[in-house]
Amino acid sequence: MGKVLELDRVYKAYKFGFIPKKKQVLKGISFYVNEGEIFGYLGPNGAGKTTTIKSILNLIFPDAGRITIFGEDSLKPRAREKVGFLPENPYFYDYLTGREFLAFYADLLGIHGQQKEEKIKYFLQLVGMEKAADLQLRKYSRGMLQRVGLAQALLNDPALVILDEPMGGLDPIGRKEFRDIIVNLKKEGKTVFLSSHILQDIEMICDRVAIILAGEIVNQGYLADLISEKVLYTEVTVGGVPASEFSHLGESVSTSGNRVLLKVYEEQNIDRIIRLVQEKNGKIISLIPRTETLEDIFVDLVKNQ
Amino acid sequence: MKVSTIASNTFKEAKRDRVLYLLLFFAILCFLLSRFLGLLTVGDRVKIIKDVGLASISLFGMLMAILMGTGLVYKEIDKKTIFTLLAKPIHRWEFLLGKYLGLVLTIFIMTVLMSVIFLVVLFLHTFTIEWNILLAILYIFFELCLMTAVALVFSTFTTPILASLYSLAFYLIGHLSWSLELLIKKVKSGGGRAILKVLYVILPDLENFNFKTEVVHQLPIPTKLLGISFAYGLVYTAFLLLLAILIFRRRDFI
Repeated sequence: MGKVLELDRVYKAYKFGFIPKKKQVLKGISFYVNEGEIFGYLGPNGAGKTTTIKSILNLIFPDAGRITIFGEDSLKPRAREKVGFLPENPYFYDYLTGREFLAFYADLLGIHGQQKEEKIKYFLQLVGMEKAADLQLRKYSRGMLQRVGLAQALLNDPALVILDEPMGGLDPIGRKEFRDIIVNLKKEGKTVFLSSHILQDIEMICDRVAIILAGEIVNQGYLADLISEKVLYTEVTVGGVPASEFSHLGESVSTSGNRVLLKVYEEQNIDRIIRLVQEKNGKIISLIPRTETLEDIFVDLVKNQ
Repeated sequence: MKVSTIASNTFKEAKRDRVLYLLLFFAILCFLLSRFLGLLTVGDRVKIIKDVGLASISLFGMLMAILMGTGLVYKEIDKKTIFTLLAKPIHRWEFLLGKYLGLVLTIFIMTVLMSVIFLVVLFLHTFTIEWNILLAILYIFFELCLMTAVALVFSTFTTPILASLYSLAFYLIGHLSWSLELLIKKVKSGGGRAILKVLYVILPDLENFNFKTEVVHQLPIPTKLLGISFAYGLVYTAFLLLLAILIFRRRDFI
C-alpha cells in the first residue's frame, strides 16, 4: 500500500494585528495517508485542521516542512490533478445554478462535450440534487450546498478526496447518505481524507485516524489499535426495585418511573444485581457493556492538554 | 482554456453588477445633456457634443474599471469562493489573468455600447460619421485596459475601498503628470531638475492615450505617436499584470 499523502514536519504561523503578532498554528505536523483508506483527522475547533488542509492544497504556504501528494511536491499544480476537495463551509458563486456550477468546474478540469453532460447528470444524481439542479445556489440550504460541493469535488474522478467537516450542516438522513457515499468511494479504490470533530462519524467509517491538538499531532494510528476492547463499565437498567437497594453495587445514574439506570464498574456486582432483582420480583430491562470509544480517548487527550 | 473559463465566469458575474448599469445610465444622460450644453454655448455646438461625449466615455469607463476591478480578487477571497477554485490544478496566474480578461471583456462591451449611443446622438446632429472619433475611443479603451490592471494590482492585497482610492489617485496622477514636463523646462538644471525627470519617468502618463482634442478639433494625429502610445499601454499593462501575479503568487488564503 503506497502513501498517497505525506506531511513531514510542517510548521505554519499566522501574523495578526497592526503590529504583527505571531501565532504558531501548526507545530511540526507529520502524518501520512495510505492508498485506499479512509483517514480521519480529528481535533477540536481551532486545533489547526483547516490550516493543515489548506497547506496540503497550497492555499497557504507552510513556513517549513514538506508535503507530498502522490509523491509530487504539493507546491506544483500537477499534484492536485487527482485531488478532490470540499471545504468546510462551501462558498460558491451563488448566481450560478447547480448545473451551471458543475459545468464551470468541469470546464476548469478540462472535461468537455458529451462526457461533461454525463458526469454532471451522474453526480447530481449521486448527491441527490437532480431536482434542484436548475435553481440558483443562493436558494440552496447549507446541506444542499454541501451536497453540490461534494459533486464538484468528485467531478475529476479523484484518487484522493479531501473533505473538511463534510457532515456539519447535514440532517441525520443527509449524514447517513454522506457516510454511504464516502464508504462507496473507498470501495471504488479512492482514498478519503476526512476532517471532523463529529467523533461518531469518524468512528463509524475511518480506518486510521490522527488527532491534532493545538497544532500538534498527539496520537495517530489504526482505529482498532487506539480503541481498546476492554469493558469500562456496564449500564444496567432495572425495573420494579428502588435505587437505594443497589447503592453498594453500582452508581445510580437516573431514575424514571420505577426504572433505575445503574453504572456498574465491577463485573462480579452484575451477578449480584441480577440475583437481587430476582429476589425482589423486579426485572432486568437492559444490560449494556460499554467499551472505550474514540470520544473517551479524545476527551482524555484534550483534558491532559 | 482554464483562463477562458475563468474569464467567461468573471464576465457572467460582472454583467450582473448593478453599478455597471448605473454608470451606463449616467453616461447616456451626459450624451443627451451635451446637446443642451451645445445650445448654451457660443461657437461650434458639434465640438461640445464630441468633447462631452468622449470625456463621458472616458470617465464612466474609468469608474467601471475601478469600481469593479478593485473587488475582482478581493471578493473571491472574502467570499471564500477562491478555495475550491485554487484547489483545482490551476496556476494562480491563470486565475488572475482570467479575472482580468473577463473584466476587460465587460469593459469592452460597455465601451462599445456607450460609443454606439454617443455616435447615434452625434449623427442625429451632424448627419455625418467621423471615423476619427473611433480612433479616440479606441485609445480610451486602451487606457481603460491599463486602469483595469491597476485596479487588479490593488485588489490583490487590499480592500475595495482602499483599492478604489489608490486607483483613483493613480488615474489623477496619470492625467496630471504631463505638467511635470513643463516644470522640467522651467527649472534650472541641477538636483531639482534631476528629481523631476526621475519622477516623470516613474509616474504613469495617461495623457498618452488622450486624442480627444485632436479629434474634436480635427487636427492631424501623427502615426508614430499612435504607435508609441499603443506600445506604452501594452508594456505598462503587462508590467502591472506581472506585478499583480508576483503579489498574488505567495499569498496565504486564511
